[in-house]
Amino acid sequence: MNLTAIKAIYVFEMTRFFRTLLQSFISPVISTSLYFVVFGAAIGSRIDQVEGVSYGAFIVPGLVMLSVMTQAISAASFGIYFPKFIGTIFELLSAPVNFLEIVVGYVGAAATKALFIGAVILATATFFVDLQIQHPAAMVAFLLLTCMSFSLFGFIIGIWAKNFEQLQLVPLLIVTPLVFLGGSFYSISMLPPVWQTISFFNPVVYLVSGFRWSFFGQADVPIAVSLLAIAGFTALCLAIIWWIFRTGWRLRS
Amino acid sequence: MAPIVDIQGLSKVYDDGFQALKGVDLAIEEGEILALLGPNGAGKTTLISTLCGITVPSGGTARVGGHDIQTGFREARAMIGLVPQEVALEPFEKVIKTVRFSRGLFGKSRDDAFIEKILKQLSLWDKRDNQIKELSGGMKRRVLIAKALCHEPRVLFLDEPTAGVDVELRRDMWEIVEGLRQSGVTIILTTHYIEEAEAIADRIAVINKGEILLVEKKADLMTRMGRKTLRIELAEPIDAVPDALSDDDLELTADGGTLVYTYETSAQRTGITRLLQRLSEAGLVMRDLQTTQSSLEEIFVDLVKEEAV
Repeated sequence: MNLTAIKAIYVFEMTRFFRTLLQSFISPVISTSLYFVVFGAAIGSRIDQVEGVSYGAFIVPGLVMLSVMTQAISAASFGIYFPKFIGTIFELLSAPVNFLEIVVGYVGAAATKALFIGAVILATATFFVDLQIQHPAAMVAFLLLTCMSFSLFGFIIGIWAKNFEQLQLVPLLIVTPLVFLGGSFYSISMLPPVWQTISFFNPVVYLVSGFRWSFFGQADVPIAVSLLAIAGFTALCLAIIWWIFRTGWRLRS
Repeated sequence: MAPIVDIQGLSKVYDDGFQALKGVDLAIEEGEILALLGPNGAGKTTLISTLCGITVPSGGTARVGGHDIQTGFREARAMIGLVPQEVALEPFEKVIKTVRFSRGLFGKSRDDAFIEKILKQLSLWDKRDNQIKELSGGMKRRVLIAKALCHEPRVLFLDEPTAGVDVELRRDMWEIVEGLRQSGVTIILTTHYIEEAEAIADRIAVINKGEILLVEKKADLMTRMGRKTLRIELAEPIDAVPDALSDDDLELTADGGTLVYTYETSAQRTGITRLLQRLSEAGLVMRDLQTTQSSLEEIFVDLVKEEAV
């Protein structure tokens, strides 16, 4: 294992993040505050409670997940797409590193950024709602797994994308709807039965549900199923990346 | 001693069916400067990219320092530095950080003293805290060289290092290359500036349409294939080459004042003595004699033309 190379990639990617730290910090704070004003105060005041939790607090896990997933995808996809776009990818391909080292470096950095954003949102939320976390260890584990798996997914998108439009396409057309329809702002049990069944085909439901369980001890799906779903998604992404590096798909000619 | 780069039957067929390399065999000795000459699209960049791991070969083998480029890619690539043809650098990064990144990427622990030495050698030390986008084109090329050298490679590939740079920078580059050779680095340089190969290379390899046409010491190549031209300036202009000299393959310039005789330097008899004798017998008075050697460029053009025929 070339640990020095992993560290080099990680530090290089994090430098990019620190260059725009203020923007990285302020943007989630503002958007989260807006969500709380709109959903928590304006709409939430008309909703009593959801599954025994005040609506303002109920949406916190969903909000964190929403941002963490989109940030992880955007950071990881940009991280690997940008060197492809400006041509510096040659250095990575000609370096004495294997696919796992490249992935750990890039995905590790993207997951760190997403984790940072998640923590910022969580901290912001405490200013608006009274938040209790029943299973803190599980909460951290879910957060870490989500950051990692969605960064892996973003990494694949970054390699697949041939231009900036494609880079935005998957997050915009697939991920955002899945996250919004994945129970970020409501409980699946609030939906008509048909839509409940359809929702169980949405992988994000399992993540949001598991994450919400770590806060309130209640979930739409059993916690073990949530864990299995996230593990399966991570394994699938890793397998795809392994295949990409083995064949050189969209990387090596 | 085993060659530091040993290529055997290397071929590359791209997905669209284009065969960029057709069974290339090439052995590069440690410490030499080899210039890989060829017209655009000849396969120069594909050959370098394949050795560096950017392009996957379709057949054949290649070893760098005894390590197979595929099965021993870590060891092979750790020995290689690559300066690509395109100036590809992260625009917002600082010079020193991008160089440190390259060193780390190649698995070498941080060594600020070594990086300082490289940056000073390349006149980049004063610019170390500048962002790449603030640098001139020539400076950016130097950064690429610094990045390629910062992990102490034993083999350096320079892909068209002076394409599009001004004369002054080109000469600077040649000095840098010479300095590197003295420090024991093997250099493989692709270029289509023949002047460049002529100025700095020890050996020349000519590649065209994915095949190596020849590999030879520069001096030997120029002696073997070089032709010389003897220009004989006459005291009085003449209208035509005299009949007595018609066998000698002479050309007369348009003004009638100079006779031009071309001969092979490698030939046993150049025919000069006989020619001068016959000129004298024909009553022509010579005012001056001048010989010029054909350049590598002419040799190269001849080779590529011959192949096209």
